[in-house]
Amino acid sequence: MADTQQTGEGVVVADPSPEAVAESAAPTGKTRKIGEGPGRLLVSVYGVFTVAAGSRSIYQLIAQYHRAPLSYILSAASAAVYAFILVTLVRGGASARKLAFFCCAAELAGVLIVGTLTLVIPSAFPDQTVWSYYGLGYVFIPLVLPVTGMLWLRRTPADEQQG
Amino acid sequence: MIGALTAVVAVAALLLAAWCGVAIARDQPTKDWHLIGMAVVSVLALAQLVVGIVEVANGHKAQNGTVIFFAYLVGATLVVPGAAFMSLLERTRWGSAIATVGGVVLAALELRLIEIWGSGHG
Repeated sequence: MADTQQTGEGVVVADPSPEAVAESAAPTGKTRKIGEGPGRLLVSVYGVFTVAAGSRSIYQLIAQYHRAPLSYILSAASAAVYAFILVTLVRGGASARKLAFFCCAAELAGVLIVGTLTLVIPSAFPDQTVWSYYGLGYVFIPLVLPVTGMLWLRRTPADEQQG
Repeated sequence: MIGALTAVVAVAALLLAAWCGVAIARDQPTKDWHLIGMAVVSVLALAQLVVGIVEVANGHKAQNGTVIFFAYLVGATLVVPGAAFMSLLERTRWGSAIATVGGVVLAALELRLIEIWGSGHG
């Protein structure tokens, strides 16, 4: 609007270039935020897993709690971790990055511990959780996801310096 | 009845995933035609939800329980529209990656739906 008043030749394109946006952005987030680019794919996958683990644990806790309480509480815990990482990835910022990194590490630890326990003492887990057998029922995505998340969260600060 | 429709949705979802996979390889965002494809798959999934409701209303019982059956049907209906929305937010190759993941997730949900519905009901 203000641009068009000053031009004599034609219309100035109103759409700002990525560089212009980067210059005007806050000093901490120069280029890509953690929730954009590959990060948006991570947000989508974490969204799917939040819904999958969340709805699964809600159903199990309500309908069949006494069958395998430990499994279902672990399902609920994993759903909470997924939801928390999802929120931190969407919100972005330096503190969210640290929190998301910490939670991805907790998620990885959870997958490894629960996965090992289901192998060592299967009798304690009469019903499956998302993290049983290192996420076998979910094509091992629960194992790959936190590693991918941590790699992405480590990489983004470097990207920002380049941009 | 629902078994055939579920197979159609699964194949369509995999085709969508492969098609958007080509866009990833070409470093392109999803374009109008991809979104039309996602709309077609979404309509198929919606038809599946309607057929599922009709079949359960007519007295068929899902093998693993009606609640789980409908949870998966609703999830299957929402996953591709959700992927389309995210791919519109992300106008890079990563938006195409989201659409590809959406197609694969839908195909996986369809496999589970066949198990949940039970083979005896066709």
